[in-house]
Amino acid sequence: MRAAMQRFARNRMAVLGALVIGGVVVLTVTAPLLYPAGAFTLAGPPLQPPGARFLLGTDALGRDVAAGVVQGARTSLLIGLSAALSAVLFGSLIGALAGYYRGAVDIVLMRLTEFFQTIPAFLLAMLLVVIMSPSVLSVIIAISAVSWPGIARLVRGEFVALGGREFVLASIGLGASGPRIIFRHLLPNCVSSIIAIGSLLVASAILLESGLAFLGLGDPNVMSWGLLISAGRVTLRSAWWVCTFPGIAILLTVLSINLIGDGLNEALNPRLRER
Amino acid sequence: MRRWRYFGYRLVFALPVVFGILVLNFFLIQLAPGDAASVLAGESGAASPEYTALLREKFGLDRPLLEQFLAYIANALQFNLGYSFRNDSPVFELILARLGPTLLLMLTAFGAALGLGTALGVLAAVARNSWRDALISVITLVCYATPVFWLGLMLIVVFSVNLNWLPTSGFENIAEGYEGWERWVDIGRHLVMPGTALGLFYLALYTRVMRASMLEQTGMDYVVTARAKGQTEGRIVFGHMLRNAFLPVLTMAGVQAGNLIGGSVVVETVFGWPGLGTLAFNALQSRDLNLLLGIFFMSACLVVLINLAVELLTITLDPRIQA
Repeated sequence: MRAAMQRFARNRMAVLGALVIGGVVVLTVTAPLLYPAGAFTLAGPPLQPPGARFLLGTDALGRDVAAGVVQGARTSLLIGLSAALSAVLFGSLIGALAGYYRGAVDIVLMRLTEFFQTIPAFLLAMLLVVIMSPSVLSVIIAISAVSWPGIARLVRGEFVALGGREFVLASIGLGASGPRIIFRHLLPNCVSSIIAIGSLLVASAILLESGLAFLGLGDPNVMSWGLLISAGRVTLRSAWWVCTFPGIAILLTVLSINLIGDGLNEALNPRLRER
Repeated sequence: MRRWRYFGYRLVFALPVVFGILVLNFFLIQLAPGDAASVLAGESGAASPEYTALLREKFGLDRPLLEQFLAYIANALQFNLGYSFRNDSPVFELILARLGPTLLLMLTAFGAALGLGTALGVLAAVARNSWRDALISVITLVCYATPVFWLGLMLIVVFSVNLNWLPTSGFENIAEGYEGWERWVDIGRHLVMPGTALGLFYLALYTRVMRASMLEQTGMDYVVTARAKGQTEGRIVFGHMLRNAFLPVLTMAGVQAGNLIGGSVVVETVFGWPGLGTLAFNALQSRDLNLLLGIFFMSACLVVLINLAVELLTITLDPRIQA
């Protein structure tokens, strides 16, 4: 683990990404202190360009864009992390069952996984949110419902590769039960790959969430970057800043998470390292 | 011949996917709060329970679930995807009318991303660890993290609002009454920004995959042999490695076909492109579930078709693949 940490620390891009995400986390924690009034309140005259009083300007309703960006960070991180986490848990379970039991279970579960990989993910997520009506929870469910197949295939592949190894055969010989072998012996061996791919899922979940919110499928009571951009669209011609800054926030966050994910992948799986 | 048998095998394989989508759609209808009868009754204003029950009976909503399911499948197989009351038109006709622009947008973005991505990937791999490689990887990382709808809006700000080079939205300028060649130039001008917004993410993706795939090929025996034979680097790269390295990119492109449709929903909304995406957005605004499910079904069928086309291309490029 320490060696992995050192490898990660040597990767300058990954460290840069971690610093940016650290900054975003600090912003979300201090948001109530920086903008105690919240992001929905009227802060000043409408459509003020970025300046000393309003760092990132105000939107058509006179709301502070900077407050929205800071508040939106919390939504994005919250939804991104929880959606990725539940997708990882569900995907790992499916992959583990398919890879351990093989045979008919494997065929059925993998067909299902391929099916979910084929159908248009974003459209399915849209449908799910519409049916469950937009809220933070429904957005998380919809995003994880379309994000798990990659993890399932990864975990299944690892399980199949590990299946014939001595330590697994030894456990079977000692009479260990299926769940025990899966959770105590096989899954811990896949953790490093799962972490690497799972961290990339956080990035794609944030992108998905912003897209849904842009189409008006976010929680209407919670400020998010996608919502800010869709609200700023109407005044795009006269006030470019309303749309621009939340987008830059998404870009930086997703980029940093991708850098961290790549760094983790190299640090945890040094054998797979690109030449 | 055996390759065609393999293709036929994949074709048969695609049918359960289409069936699966129908099952999923039916399941989603059941999941939705209220049924068609209550929606209709609600729209007609005051509705007595008797009237709602009558509607239920008329549409067969009071029959057993299995019977309803079979009726749904039978209808869908005849491309009867229900009726959109908001648009006062059958869902299938609405979708058919919008299919053309979406296909144009998707295929343009897809083709450009595939071609340019392959080229950039080769360029990066050949000049590995040089400034060119570094520049390409920075660009791909940024493109990879940019939300498509935001990119679209920024393109509008720069190229339409400030520079006034390109039209902000729409499919063509009908008022000008262009015909023939001029009309296509006009459509092309409208296509530039949506195509770019949609394609850049995939450009980044294909560049990354192509670069990694090219690097994987460099150590292969056939490359060493070609080099030992004294072939020029250009011939080694373009004559030998390119075709082999391209296969993983093609596979990835097939896998990503579904996401391409999702991306085009968002991009079309930004640019007012009169395709399936705008139709989906309008259906979303009016909560027209029937229409949304129809669009979902048709675009999933489209993905299956694209996958088959990619499969066909793969077996043409790689004769080793056999059933």
